[in-house]
Amino acid sequence: MLRRIFFGAVAVGLVACAAYAAFYIAPEERTMGTIYRIFYFHAPTAWAGETTFFVCFVANLLYIWKRKPQYDWLGVTCAEVGLACITVVLITGPIWAKPVWGIWWTWDARLTSTFVLWILYICYLLLRTLVDEPERRALLSALFGVFAFIDVPIVFGAIRWWRTQHPAPVIMGGAGSGLDPVMKKVFFFSVLAMHVFAAFLIVERYLLEKTKYDVELMAREAEAR
Amino acid sequence: MALLSNAAVLFGKEVRTEFRSRELLSTTIVFVLIVVVVFSFTFDPTTNESRRFGPGLLWMAFLFAASLMLQPCFLREQTNDTLSALRLAVQDAFAIFLAKISANTLFLLVTELLMLPVFAALFNVSFAAQLPGILLTFFLGSVGISVVGTALAAISAQARMRELLLPLLLLPLLTPILVVSTEVTVRLMQPDPAIEWKGIGLLAGFDVVFLTVLWLFGEYLLEE
Amino acid sequence: MPAAPEPPIGLQVDQVEKRYGAVYALRNLTLSIPAGECVAIAGRNGSGKTTLLRVAAQLVRPGKGTVSYSGSPDSHRPRIGFVAHATMVYDELTAEENLLFFAKLQGVENPKKRVAELLGEVGLKDRKDSLVRTFSRGMRQRVAIARALLAQPSLLFFDEPGSGLDAESGAWLTAHIRKLRDSGCTILMSLHGESETASLATRAIRLEAGSVIADTRRGAMFQSIFAGAAS
Repeated sequence: MLRRIFFGAVAVGLVACAAYAAFYIAPEERTMGTIYRIFYFHAPTAWAGETTFFVCFVANLLYIWKRKPQYDWLGVTCAEVGLACITVVLITGPIWAKPVWGIWWTWDARLTSTFVLWILYICYLLLRTLVDEPERRALLSALFGVFAFIDVPIVFGAIRWWRTQHPAPVIMGGAGSGLDPVMKKVFFFSVLAMHVFAAFLIVERYLLEKTKYDVELMAREAEAR
Repeated sequence: MALLSNAAVLFGKEVRTEFRSRELLSTTIVFVLIVVVVFSFTFDPTTNESRRFGPGLLWMAFLFAASLMLQPCFLREQTNDTLSALRLAVQDAFAIFLAKISANTLFLLVTELLMLPVFAALFNVSFAAQLPGILLTFFLGSVGISVVGTALAAISAQARMRELLLPLLLLPLLTPILVVSTEVTVRLMQPDPAIEWKGIGLLAGFDVVFLTVLWLFGEYLLEE
Repeated sequence: MPAAPEPPIGLQVDQVEKRYGAVYALRNLTLSIPAGECVAIAGRNGSGKTTLLRVAAQLVRPGKGTVSYSGSPDSHRPRIGFVAHATMVYDELTAEENLLFFAKLQGVENPKKRVAELLGEVGLKDRKDSLVRTFSRGMRQRVAIARALLAQPSLLFFDEPGSGLDAESGAWLTAHIRKLRDSGCTILMSLHGESETASLATRAIRLEAGSVIADTRRGAMFQSIFAGAAS
């Protein structure tokens, strides 16, 4: 218990430090003004989300292979935390875009693929609510998770190709491209902080899922008697 | 080899069943027609506009139709538990998928090819010179829709609200097919038509990747 | 009835467990069935009879434990004939079309001849061109049995085969199972209670809550296996 609190404190602390760094340490940007600082949350959260989805994919594969409920818990946990990360990305993006470029949204390759990614993992969670039996639910969602994860790079590639046919302004430049060295340090520190925070959320959510499973098991066993 | 001969026998059964009743094909064709007509109210169908929006709406109509047409795929096998009989009869469960994918691709292609002249007439778009390119695109797109759709039909047959679940799961996964097929078809309907080989490659790649994934994981989709 | 062409197959079920949520359908179940035995499985509803048969046929994957077959030429699952409450045939095809389809699928030699033979045996020769949809329950069960016997399997599973059958069809079924037993097939049948069919068995097992609670061959205890199984 103490370890969990400590981990939580570290995670929150890191995020707080990253926020401080983003606002007070990172230098001014030439053209965009203060709003650009959202970049230190936006992109790192996206990276953390992608890492989380990768862990979800691995958990899905492991469940299909080994059939241990723990892998199912990890899968649903990572899907939820990843979805939370991507939601933050989809909200912070427009908040940045509106004052800087005057538009909330554009259908460029990265944004569109991110949106599809978000929808795919919502479908993953929705599928889980529609299968009652736990082992069936775990297997079917793991299989869908595999399909979804493999689809994501293809979606990105397809939309990027489509975009080459219909060029449009790219809203956010590549992360770390042409960044000032101090900005780079702040950025990568923020990446670390977001990953640690995501890991903390994963641990807590995983333990919650484990407890839910144990309680459900006890309830059904009591019912059977 | 056993896998292919099993798949051939199963494919024959699927096709015979469908062409006996023709319920699936007829309802799918009518549905695509209705969607095309209804969508056409949303833009001014001059020839230029049709060339830009038409292919997109055509492919969307195909996708919606497919998501309904694929429903009975595995639901039919639940009626008398014939799926268990199939699983007992074949050594490799992939044969079942191969057969259903082939049958679904065929039904989709029949629908698409019947719709093509209707679409051309309604929107004054000519494509006759580009027929090979269009056929190739339709074929690769339909295979992609069938591969993913058949796999998801197996999943949704085991869940609640399956009528809603299949389109829900299918449409986001098929985003690449929609985007690329539309683009390639648009290009083929321009005054200076050309085949976008990169797009064709993307479609073929999608088909191969998901067919491989299904080959690897198909038996788990049918597991009890 | 031709003799089983494959060598007799035995069944080994080892420490099999199957859960649905928190409910144990099968609980640490071990069963050894030598080739040629005819086993009746008794038990109340929900005791695990159907799950046991489906696990033994490898239609259901157990959470723990293994299923293996002795005497099978290779590691593949041998040909299994499965007759359940569901007919496992297509309503929209005729009796003959159904059987031809399954015969070709299983690589039966000379499928047309085999199908004609079986249709004659199950007494459906004059209805072979009718859609199964038009058949009575008894006739559907005959198609189901014909389907199960197409590849001349030496391992046969019957899951409450007599349910919904009238007296005449029930008697026909019993006679047919007797023939199969006498020709050396290994048979597992789950039954609801003491009946004509049960008397064919050389061994009886009683399941309760997913475990074997009684297992006996012919003898004084045999009748008692079925006592209470009708509830």
